[in-house]
Amino acid sequence: MAAPVNGPGTDPRAALAPGTAVPTRRGTELLLLGFAVLITLAAHLIIDITVTGSPGTEMVTFGLWFSALWVVAHVVVRRFAPYADPLLLPCVAVLSGLGLSMIHRLDIAGEQVGSNGAVSVDAPVQLVWATVGLVLFIAVLVIVRDHRALSRFAYTLALIGLVLLALPAVLPNSEINGAKLWIRFGGFSIQPGEFAKICLIVFFAAYLVDKRDVLALASRRVLRLELPRGRDLGPVLLAWVASILVLVFERDLGSSLLLFGIFVVMLYIATERASWLVIGLLLFAGGAFVAYQLFGHVRVRVDTWLDPFAYADTGGYQVVQSLFSLGTGGLFGAGLGGGRPDQVPVAKSDFIAAAIGEELGLFGLVAMIVIYLVLVERGLRTSLVVRDGFGKLLAAGLAFSLAWQVFVVLGGVTGLLPLTGLTTPFLAYGGSSLVANFGLVALLVRISDAARRPAGAAVATPPKLTDAPTEVVQQ
Amino acid sequence: MTAEIVLQAFRFGFLLLLWLFVFAAFRVVRADLFGGRAGRVASVPPRAAAARKRGGRGPRHLVVTAGPLSGTRITLGEQAILIGRADDSTLVLTDDFASSRHARLTNRGGQWYVEDLGSTNGTYLDQQRVQGPLLVAPGQPIRIGQTVLELRS
Repeated sequence: MAAPVNGPGTDPRAALAPGTAVPTRRGTELLLLGFAVLITLAAHLIIDITVTGSPGTEMVTFGLWFSALWVVAHVVVRRFAPYADPLLLPCVAVLSGLGLSMIHRLDIAGEQVGSNGAVSVDAPVQLVWATVGLVLFIAVLVIVRDHRALSRFAYTLALIGLVLLALPAVLPNSEINGAKLWIRFGGFSIQPGEFAKICLIVFFAAYLVDKRDVLALASRRVLRLELPRGRDLGPVLLAWVASILVLVFERDLGSSLLLFGIFVVMLYIATERASWLVIGLLLFAGGAFVAYQLFGHVRVRVDTWLDPFAYADTGGYQVVQSLFSLGTGGLFGAGLGGGRPDQVPVAKSDFIAAAIGEELGLFGLVAMIVIYLVLVERGLRTSLVVRDGFGKLLAAGLAFSLAWQVFVVLGGVTGLLPLTGLTTPFLAYGGSSLVANFGLVALLVRISDAARRPAGAAVATPPKLTDAPTEVVQQ
Repeated sequence: MTAEIVLQAFRFGFLLLLWLFVFAAFRVVRADLFGGRAGRVASVPPRAAAARKRGGRGPRHLVVTAGPLSGTRITLGEQAILIGRADDSTLVLTDDFASSRHARLTNRGGQWYVEDLGSTNGTYLDQQRVQGPLLVAPGQPIRIGQTVLELRS
């Protein structure tokens, strides 16, 4: 093929004017953010009118506060990550808005039932947590100007992650509902595992980019599978042992499953070897079998998963209520404020998906899942487009962790998988999870900014003298 | 408390709103995949738009076709593209056969030239080792270590 020859009249500088080639798409983001805020306010209004007959008094403050959050987030992205993906933030906004509305709805239900005077109003608390999350979002975007800088702190972050993960097991007084994963300060408690997850993903990405050639190339072929050498199994075994330790000492099935799944999939992405998935599954199956034999709490979870109705009055109560809740919702749901989602235990945190399924029905629940899907797709697309291996793995790992978490939680709520203590990202009540996931999205925004930024339009570094076009300076 | 019809309107109206959001998000995804943005043409200054029409045959993307970064696509601007293992390269290679500053693609009047920046293992355009700056045609493979790149329009 011959190279195209420009005609004499062509002005090359106009043809390749930077900025016009790649739109930043911030306007799209603002528009969709407005839409997300509108959906949230509509949900709030519908709930208030359906349940109490008139809009609540806190509607105005809530609306202003919630809108302000996203305006600030948008301005920060415009300033610090102008080429970021336009869909990440609106998806997060609509999910957290939906979560806040559902928590508000359950607050009202709690007030009406008046369960022995112990009424907790959680929606304002959650809004405060969202604000804290926004602060973390801004901090990450301002401090981490280039995601590649993170790979230099990989081992430090791994250490921080492991300490955070181990902390609740060591500290006393960390047990809530049988799982030891909390640190309590005075009035409130945080779940350090949520932050550990992000630190460990950054570490996995940096480590695997370094070692992937060894892990991918040195292998033997057995039964049409490329099996790695024995000594290269080290890291995957280590991750497996760590997740088993979490299971034993913190009795938390969810975090254990989450960490191991993320590591195996990142290993697979880094090496493109399906054998890692097989090895991971075998290790998981072995671990799960042993855990079932040894630990009572695991056995309870599995038994209630296999036949929830046999244990409807004891261990299976939550799942059975959740299934009834989803069944009541049907295709179109009972309408916001029209159902009784407070019948499900811990509806605000672990079972918020059941509450949404009851009030918005299958159509609402699927819309919610599709919004998660869009969020994950944007993360994976960022991973495809970004130009360095570390960024690719990090974005894919972060996106996969979201997808995996949503899958495990929804599987638990619908009875597809055994119940785990994981939280639905952005939706569920719980400060640590919300704040940590805002940090996660900030990292995705940062990487997507690097991915979509046109080559050479670097803001941070001054233009190189050799690249500058020669200009005639008039004196 | 409230009229039944209002409740039903709320019930279906909200689901509709939720799905409209999903639809809007899909539109953005689609525009991203196929680049068919109706509103974009108007936002481009007329001079540049006219120039694009004439210069539309020139390469617009640099695509990695083989190697660990396979599938990566870089939108070409006016500036040179630096390829190598160094952190500040436009395309950061993690390849033992690549040098930290391996090669550079430069734009001269809408055409792209590849030059080797004194790398250890060399840069190849088709089968030819790059010595001085060489004109790169769209679709012509540039090989650096395990990575193969080409220009696409």
